[in-house]
Amino acid sequence: MLSVVDHFPVLIIAISLLSAFTILIAGWRNKKSCWFISFATILVQLVMAVLILNHVLSVGTIHYWLGGWAPPWGIEYVIDAFNAYVLVIVLFICLLTAIYAKRSMEREQPRKIVTFYVVFQLLVTGLCGIIVTGDLFNLYVFLEIASLAAYALIAVAGGRALKASYNYVIMGSIGACFYLLGVGFLYAVTGSLNMADLSHLLPPLYGNKVVQAAFVFFVVGLSIKMALFPLHIWQPDAYAYAPSAVTVIIAAAMSKVSIYAFIRVLFSVFTTEFIQIYVPIDTAISWIAAIAIIVGSVIAIMQTNLKRMLAYSSVSQVGYIVLGVGLFSTHWGLTGALIHILNHAITKGCLFMVAGAIIYRAGLWNIRDFEGLSKKMPYTCAAFTLAALSMIGVPPTVGFITKLCLLLASLEAVEYAFVVVILASTLLNLVYFWRVIERMYFVKEERENKIKKDEAPVSMVIPALILGSLCVIVGLLWLAGAATPLLPIVKQAVNTLLETGVGAAP
Amino acid sequence: MTEGLIVSSYIPLFAILCPATAAILILLSGKRPNVRESWTIIASILQFSLIASMIPTILDEKVVECLIFRQTMFKGIAFGFKVDAFGLIFALTASFLWILVSFYSIGYMRSLREHAQTRYYFCFAIAIFGAIGVAMSANLLTMYIFFEILTVSTYPLVIHDQSKEALSAGHKYFAYLLTAGVFLLFAIMMTYYLTGTTDFTGGGIKALAELGPAYKWTLIILFFCFLLGFMKAAWMPFHSWLPTAMIAPTPVSALLHAVAVVKAGVFGIVRIVCYIYGVDLMTSLGLGIALACIAGFTMIVANLFAIAQDNLKRRLAYSTINQLSYIILGAALLTQDGIRGAMMHIPFHGFMKITLFLCAGAIMVATGKKNISEMAGIGKTMPVTMLAFTITTFGMCGIPPVVGFISKWYLCMGSYEAFLQISPVMITFLFVLLIASLLDVVYFFPIIHTAFFKTPEGEAEEVEVKEAPLFMLIPLSITAIFSVVFLLDYILGLNIISMYIYELVRVAIGNVNPEWAMP
Repeated sequence: MLSVVDHFPVLIIAISLLSAFTILIAGWRNKKSCWFISFATILVQLVMAVLILNHVLSVGTIHYWLGGWAPPWGIEYVIDAFNAYVLVIVLFICLLTAIYAKRSMEREQPRKIVTFYVVFQLLVTGLCGIIVTGDLFNLYVFLEIASLAAYALIAVAGGRALKASYNYVIMGSIGACFYLLGVGFLYAVTGSLNMADLSHLLPPLYGNKVVQAAFVFFVVGLSIKMALFPLHIWQPDAYAYAPSAVTVIIAAAMSKVSIYAFIRVLFSVFTTEFIQIYVPIDTAISWIAAIAIIVGSVIAIMQTNLKRMLAYSSVSQVGYIVLGVGLFSTHWGLTGALIHILNHAITKGCLFMVAGAIIYRAGLWNIRDFEGLSKKMPYTCAAFTLAALSMIGVPPTVGFITKLCLLLASLEAVEYAFVVVILASTLLNLVYFWRVIERMYFVKEERENKIKKDEAPVSMVIPALILGSLCVIVGLLWLAGAATPLLPIVKQAVNTLLETGVGAAP
Repeated sequence: MTEGLIVSSYIPLFAILCPATAAILILLSGKRPNVRESWTIIASILQFSLIASMIPTILDEKVVECLIFRQTMFKGIAFGFKVDAFGLIFALTASFLWILVSFYSIGYMRSLREHAQTRYYFCFAIAIFGAIGVAMSANLLTMYIFFEILTVSTYPLVIHDQSKEALSAGHKYFAYLLTAGVFLLFAIMMTYYLTGTTDFTGGGIKALAELGPAYKWTLIILFFCFLLGFMKAAWMPFHSWLPTAMIAPTPVSALLHAVAVVKAGVFGIVRIVCYIYGVDLMTSLGLGIALACIAGFTMIVANLFAIAQDNLKRRLAYSTINQLSYIILGAALLTQDGIRGAMMHIPFHGFMKITLFLCAGAIMVATGKKNISEMAGIGKTMPVTMLAFTITTFGMCGIPPVVGFISKWYLCMGSYEAFLQISPVMITFLFVLLIASLLDVVYFFPIIHTAFFKTPEGEAEEVEVKEAPLFMLIPLSITAIFSVVFLLDYILGLNIISMYIYELVRVAIGNVNPEWAMP
């Protein structure tokens, strides 16, 4: 029996896409309605996503055949625990970003409000599409929708952002081409684009060089999209020069979606067997990730611009997730990666929101100028501190949980080098995050005058504070293990990914 | 800890929530200093009563358990509290001294008109939250969480002054203690990986002892990782953060850097020795002697350093380093009396050293003097303070009738026992103990001499008595009196309050090795 929830996968995309055009039309008449429409849409999407997650956990994987065409000929939307989990995270971040964007964009780009929300909504559509689809080519389409929207959103800021956006266009397009080549190769060999179908068709063909080449194309293409070292060069500029709200959604939500696609292709189209035997890439990507963790942190230490520092920190954090993926053979590795998808979304979202709020209210982006900021913007700084502690991995924040999982995974895999990397990165993170906290709270202001409290707008501070407090709350929820629904979701997702691939036929 | 009855109770949770709640209330009432300080005092008294209410249960040889998450995300690790006799000793000490230091802080901070007092009281409460959490943790992972909270929350206290010097002291503080945290985390996860549990078990984790000879070097390296993780115990050569941290306000140095933080470090080491590795495994791996060597080295060298210090707080800091190693040495001896001495020295040294620091703070508030060379004749202007100072100094050197004598006595007995039971080499540590005590005299007595028998140059014979405010004077007198009462109690068998400590130590020793349970 089909329940209403079974239709949600397509609805989530459809209303989002419709809403984008509605915003365009509504914006002609009334600029102020844009924000509201976007916010309301994302709220509805989030509710749907939560219902989907609930449905997936209680009933099972959702399969939706687009237009009633049965796969592998038609496009199929498949949602298992992993999709649903990422979908909720991404939409939650999008919702908070929408709230945050209202005041932020009014200040930064007052004349481009309408276009901003149209493109923003398109980006959300693209992100959701990537997550729900069970079709490789459809994924490419949504990937391009999201990427094009992101290029445009970054360029909204003008000036240096144009160059950053241009860099991103070049790199992103190369990534997308690689991905498309991979899809083409697989189609040439198997004649199918459906992920579940491919995972059944491919095993006999694992020795085929075309299949192996396709796999490498996928990995490289998606690595560019998720800014895995050393393919991250587009990312720091893009993060640093984009409008504040855009940085939040790209860094917190979009990077997670690229990682989602990466994991999905690795484990649902291909299998662990293929990765371990035919193209033994797990060791390679673990090492690349380990280097990313260290190099990202080291470069972050050298930055003086807060947003650039956070951008390089993201390079290092993506390394954490990929390291977890690389250590999938231990179970704790992939679990850690999935856990960190949520953790990093919360933490980085909060940090970039704070960076934006500081620019909004104080006009500061250089860390050296942050002296006494805690008196001027106490709540913003409090949110920053919570998220920064989480980045360092102070218990019981979310960062600590990730560290525990990855440590355990490295120990089980008997890879002591990674143990050292994870532990060393704690100290590196400490160096560059504590520097900021110290400036905000402890360094004496040279101008000895009364600093008045002058907080950023409530609609910008509240989302940051929500994410900041979630850093601790979610940390405790993870720690509570099976007592809360979080860990079982991830466990179920990991089991599906590692054992059965994309859920069996309906 | 496994044997004996387990009593489920929410008391540990409530006890630990006291400082956490207080911290929030302090932040909220930052603009009204009197309300703010009363939160601290209410919380400290409430916490001490809650912790003290567990004494009868523990003396009944039961364990109070309060697991918040029965099973965390890691199979076999719970998150929660399990109070045994040893944990209770530390918790009692820290929470009782918090009451006194709360009063003292009021006098100190207001006399000196310190800035950022809300932040100070907030962080202080969080630090106590961490310390009590460490004391009551059921397993290593829980302990680690509170351990890190303790480290991070004390940072703003260390750099309270916010001068360049203070900030660089803060960097050093973090560089040492968070690096230590990294080692500790590794060691904990390694233990979990090897055994599937991190629970504190009296006599050691069985699975660890059963790993077999193939794991000998793994276990030895693991032990040193633990030891590095407990850098808070300030063993040499990783001690230099402690004298540097003395730049903090005196109540912080007193409670945190003489009791809570550093004791959390030695507490951890004793936990590892007695409740993770276990005495038998320690002996068979030869780790006892290695640890004793580190401790012995620290005791002697720290005392030599102390002699050279002119700043009173720094001299006390080196004395703390030395005394902490007494505790480590006691545990390292792996004998009944050695461990008993170590466990006793935790509260006793706490009471004595806090008195010394409180005196140093009182001198600073009353006269503004920080260096010993300036303190000529101070015994006449501040008689009560210096009397308390002198009494506890005697205790530090192990001279009766102050309580330091008892713990040192047991430590000496312990080293003799080790000489008989473990190896003839262990007799060396008896001499190390005696020499270290002698050196204690060498650097403490000149202070007394300067204070009482030297007259300041160019000043009249008539001196006015000018003591610190009562808020400061009373707490330091109380701790000094306690340092004496503890001993009299023991020797004369008066059975006043302090008898509980001896009883608790007896129960704790029984937990470590059932054969030692006999009184």
